[in-house]
Amino acid sequence: MTSAVLLAQDPTLSDFGHDPWWIVLIKIVFAFVFAVLATLLGVWFERRVVGFMQVRPGPNQVGPFGLLQTLADGLKMAFKEDILPKTADKVVYFFAPTISVICAVTALSVIPFGPMVSIFGHHTPLQVTDISVAVLLILAVSSMGIYGIVLGGWASGSTYPLLGGLRSSAQMISYEVAMGLSIVAVFMTAGTMSTSGIVAAQAGSDSSASLGGFEFFAPGWYAILLLPSFIIYFVSAVGETNRAPFDLPEAESELVAGFMTEYSSLKFALFMLAEYVNMVTVSAVATTLFLGGWRAPWPISIWSGANEGWFGLIWFFAKVILLVFVFVWLRGTLPRLRYDQFMRLGWRVLLPLNLVWILALAGIRVLQKENSDAVRWSIIGGALVVILLITLLWPDRKKKPQPTLQEQVNARPQGSFPLPPMDLVVPPSPRARRGVAQRQPANVGGGAPDVIEATSTEEKED
Amino acid sequence: MTNIALAATVTTGEAVTFWILAPLALLGAIGMVAARNAVHSALWLVLTMLSLGVFYVVQAGPFIGMVQIIVYTGAIMMLFLFVLMLVGRDASDSLIETLRGQRVAAVLVGLGFAGLVGTLVARAVSGTEAVGLDAANRDGNVQGIAALLFTNYVFAFEATSALLITAAVGAMVLAHIHKPKSEKLGQPETMRLRFRPGNYPAPKPGPGVYATSDSVATPARLPDGTLSQRSIPEILPTRELSSRETAPKGTEK
Repeated sequence: MTSAVLLAQDPTLSDFGHDPWWIVLIKIVFAFVFAVLATLLGVWFERRVVGFMQVRPGPNQVGPFGLLQTLADGLKMAFKEDILPKTADKVVYFFAPTISVICAVTALSVIPFGPMVSIFGHHTPLQVTDISVAVLLILAVSSMGIYGIVLGGWASGSTYPLLGGLRSSAQMISYEVAMGLSIVAVFMTAGTMSTSGIVAAQAGSDSSASLGGFEFFAPGWYAILLLPSFIIYFVSAVGETNRAPFDLPEAESELVAGFMTEYSSLKFALFMLAEYVNMVTVSAVATTLFLGGWRAPWPISIWSGANEGWFGLIWFFAKVILLVFVFVWLRGTLPRLRYDQFMRLGWRVLLPLNLVWILALAGIRVLQKENSDAVRWSIIGGALVVILLITLLWPDRKKKPQPTLQEQVNARPQGSFPLPPMDLVVPPSPRARRGVAQRQPANVGGGAPDVIEATSTEEKED
Repeated sequence: MTNIALAATVTTGEAVTFWILAPLALLGAIGMVAARNAVHSALWLVLTMLSLGVFYVVQAGPFIGMVQIIVYTGAIMMLFLFVLMLVGRDASDSLIETLRGQRVAAVLVGLGFAGLVGTLVARAVSGTEAVGLDAANRDGNVQGIAALLFTNYVFAFEATSALLITAAVGAMVLAHIHKPKSEKLGQPETMRLRFRPGNYPAPKPGPGVYATSDSVATPARLPDGTLSQRSIPEILPTRELSSRETAPKGTEK
């Protein structure tokens, strides 16, 4: 490789939009095939991993390791009867699954799969396209993807799908807020909204940052640097993709299959495709925004060739598969939440946490840029005062001590059922006292010394 | 930033996008008014909003275009749909005119208004060259908007957000039903009400189960032999069995 190529590893926004049409076509087909293959292998992967966690083999008959099981299932699904319910709204019922799939696949178009590579002599980034607001595009298509689920539930014309659709619309609106706010921290740190720019901003893994005059080591990955954002993003991504433990729109124990109860055959397959593509997409977005994108993880990145050319694909796919594994792991581990618990988590935990974290991060950013000591110390002092006030004024959640029995009795209203005096001590019965006095000591040491003799004396006395 | 630099002139791509999406946006607007089902109306409106979002992007405003799609299409229309679905899927508008000639008048006035606005905009902007776009987008579209929002327009921005929060809190206050703890009856009060003179504290007698009938419509028989009307639900009509029903069925041998 020439030095010019080495310098141009990180694609910038100006590298996009110069490809000939056939390279664009190749990239689009690649992204689409990636989505479909990810679904085929993802279903197999999920079933095998969940099988492993539940100590059973999982699909292992069709093809090597059961790899072709999903293909066989897909073929079977295609030949099933396509049912159109009598009360369904036919046009909307038909379009709902396609909306889901199109939106899920579109999000892949701004995911950077790798650095600048050479395709048939053309020097081009391994990414379909990038725009200055690429992350917002991902948010936009994911919010449009909800329409597929909601409309599918509504158009089915029966109760369970409608309830599933209602649940999913409320759920996705709630969790999109948390998701969008967690991305704000990334925007603030990276200073850009383009996906390739965010990957480039995470490159400096050995750089040091300065805070309040102190120099310290700052890792490049935003998953470490912005850990609260990463956690909140991942939790809300699980909610956004309707995966367990947040799969309330299709909760089989309550809603049969939720929004896809009435769907069958290829339309059902499309919903399933959309779900798995969504899972892969949010994993890819998490990789891009928080895990350094296609860049090699730390020990490997010491080797300078690790981030060159097609190697990027390996690291990218490894990270995505790791995140998909976490999705499957969650499904194999956690039971489904109740709906009100789920909503409380979104609005009362994730959202306030996120806001406080963004405020703190903004303070840190201002500290980094501020040069005058007076402003710097006033910011730190203000933050300390706020923390002190919060800890002082935080409502006490300690429970009041339980009133004594006599207090409870005194507090009873007039005319209550009469009770015996609370300090009444019942004298022990003489018969019980005699029994205690004559009881044999427990024979702990072993051997059976004189059991028969003891019982015989007791009988004699009675 | 090539698309931003070229925004002052109409490129082929921009023209093609416009002529594909403009009819779709119009179709969505007309469909929204014409659709009889409320959910269909909402979906037509979604089409219009999506087209508008793409128009913003094409006109060198990528941020506002995406925000249009995320906020209006993704959140606000979704809330609309939520409410419409709660109302019921078969709720359609009735097409009976309560005022005579109302529809014709509405169409005429609408056309007139559209013509007025169209002429106004055409006369105002025809021959005007867009200037200063490059200067506004010098540091990037998002950064330019942020700089304006947080300097020149910060008061308007904050006032708007305060207004929205007030509206949201107001809606919650109106919708929230707060029951003070003093209104809740404790166990002694409940019991006192139950055993007060004139109230029969035990459960109501169940409907009768007899050899001839075990229907919930058959009143129970009190110890003195009278029928108790309290034993049957009020919505059920009292019904005497017909002679054919009381006659032996011929199954006993």
